[in-house]
Amino acid sequence: MSSGEPLLELRGVQKTFGAVHVLRGVDLTVRPGRVTALVGDNGAGKSTLIKGIAGIYPFDEGEYTFEGRAVHVKSPRDANALGIEVVYQDLALCDNLDVVHNMYLGRELTKNGFVDEDAMESRARETLDGLSVRTLKSVRTRVASLSGGQRQTVAIARAVLWNSKLVILDEPTAALGVAQTEQVLKLVRRLADRGLGVVLISHNLNDVFEVADDIAVLYLGQMVAQVEAASTTRDRIVTAITTGELTRGDAA
Amino acid sequence: MSVATEEIHDVRPDDNVGTLWKDYLAKIRGGDVGSLPAILGLLVLVVAFSILRPETFTKAFNFGNLIQQSAGVTIVAMGLVFVLLLGEIDLAAGYTAGVAAAVTSVLLTNHGWQTALAILAGLLTGTAIGAFHGLIVSRLGIPSFVVTLSTFLAFQGVLLTLIGEKGSINSGDFIAKLNSDTLPVWLGWVIGVALVAAYAVVTFVNNRRRRAKGLTSEPNLLWALKTGGLAVVIFLVVFYLSIERSPNAHIKSIKGVPISLVIIIGLALVLSVLLSRTRWGSHVYAVGGNMEAARRAGINVKAVQLSCFLMCSTVAAVGGLMLASYSGGVNNVTGGNQTLLYAVGAAVIGGTSLFGGKGRVVDALIGGTVVAVIQNGMGLMNQPDSRKYIVTGLVLLVAASVDAISRRRATASGRA
Repeated sequence: MSSGEPLLELRGVQKTFGAVHVLRGVDLTVRPGRVTALVGDNGAGKSTLIKGIAGIYPFDEGEYTFEGRAVHVKSPRDANALGIEVVYQDLALCDNLDVVHNMYLGRELTKNGFVDEDAMESRARETLDGLSVRTLKSVRTRVASLSGGQRQTVAIARAVLWNSKLVILDEPTAALGVAQTEQVLKLVRRLADRGLGVVLISHNLNDVFEVADDIAVLYLGQMVAQVEAASTTRDRIVTAITTGELTRGDAA
Repeated sequence: MSVATEEIHDVRPDDNVGTLWKDYLAKIRGGDVGSLPAILGLLVLVVAFSILRPETFTKAFNFGNLIQQSAGVTIVAMGLVFVLLLGEIDLAAGYTAGVAAAVTSVLLTNHGWQTALAILAGLLTGTAIGAFHGLIVSRLGIPSFVVTLSTFLAFQGVLLTLIGEKGSINSGDFIAKLNSDTLPVWLGWVIGVALVAAYAVVTFVNNRRRRAKGLTSEPNLLWALKTGGLAVVIFLVVFYLSIERSPNAHIKSIKGVPISLVIIIGLALVLSVLLSRTRWGSHVYAVGGNMEAARRAGINVKAVQLSCFLMCSTVAAVGGLMLASYSGGVNNVTGGNQTLLYAVGAAVIGGTSLFGGKGRVVDALIGGTVVAVIQNGMGLMNQPDSRKYIVTGLVLLVAASVDAISRRRATASGRA
């Protein structure tokens, strides 16, 4: 693996909910400028892992290092302050508001006590243009009238608006058609090309192999392996997801 | 960064009437009807009553009277917009108005307080009631319907206690003038011209600045149409109200814009600015649109809920003063009877959604006018109360249906 220092490093993180031991010593490395796909079957602990990173359910044990410093992320606010943004599966957009207001939801810019629509609109547009988003006709359209792919675009653009360093995407293509999936994956790629660290959770291995640089496989709360996408194959990853063993060499 | 990009552009200063009309039709078809049904309904009602009762309905006297009759309900409706925007309801808003007016009247008449202090106390009574509702709804999570249904009953009792055995209490001269006096004719014209000029200049400067920055802006033609429309409406209203409307002009002349109209318009302007230009206003719409999204975005949902109930009840208190002024004092039905239903009806008829997230203060103004015209027109036709109630009830049902249907269309066409 290249691209210099890791952005995020987890070592031996543990998480228990009552009697259920969900994460059993997981390691994860995310480097800037790379898309790290997090795969695993249902119940493998993917969601718990990202919620731990985002500070929603802080880890019980283990090292959490961000940009080379050991940090304590105990709440979503801590994560945001570090530059970590999560795009949730259900998007969390307000249908009755336009694209600009959704991108600035809860963090509206003000000038002399009033909402600074001008600054918000130009910065929202710059961000979208910077991500080469060409699918939105107007930033003043209400989100309700957007397609699934466009909504996903808005949610992702919102995450990068805040000079974030690490963007975590939870199943961003789950509900999308073929063309829209393609658009969103291109956008994910562009985030990494801008130097951000990207964690992508997906069940769709086509998507994973199309866009990911690294693949991390979780199996029953343990990290089976984190490998470069180029050095492995689809079948090996499928085997790793289902059996928890990553075969090397000439697997079918 | 890779590919060169085609940037997002939606500035179209070269629009003509045709494209504007097409855009507007598309918006309506998509279910975004706004206040259109209310405005059309208003036109139909005005035409119908003018034909049926040409000798009374169209009189300037009646027009002035209509504004004063409806001032209280319209103001209560403007307050209700805030809780309706959250998808909540305040069933006690009517009696909140009554109780607040009673507090002011008792302090003025029985305790000899200064007018300003007594009015302030009345308004703060509203604020306290709003705080009570807001805290229970946001902290305990009890549906506002249940909370305000309970206080609806309780405040009826409080009102009876306040006004005492005599069954009514005088509100004093100052309050009485609020909803009966008129401005001098010249001042009405000055205010009317100032409003139109302010709108024209502010929107024009705004549009030019935004166009210079390459942001979305209104085409000049649309600006001209809107400004022209506003000017026509305002000047017609002022002109009509400047006609002598006293039946015995030699005894007492009545002409000019009613003070209550100025209070209504001023309040509507302030509340609209709060709602559409401040962070707090944006948060109100966000919470009404998707509470969970607002919470995750770091918006203090409970504080927004509390503030909207505060706002609703405080504005209702202003409405209460207008009700007291109109009836010359506070009695056991001030803010009672149909006040609340008419106010909710006004907001909904004007285009505020009962489902939250959609609505404007001006909706309450337009809807309030519709309700007032029905009451007034039916009254002039000597219809019994029974029919007035039935007709108003049906109109409210139609308005709620328009809301639900346009919502469904909006969901289908993705414009919700």
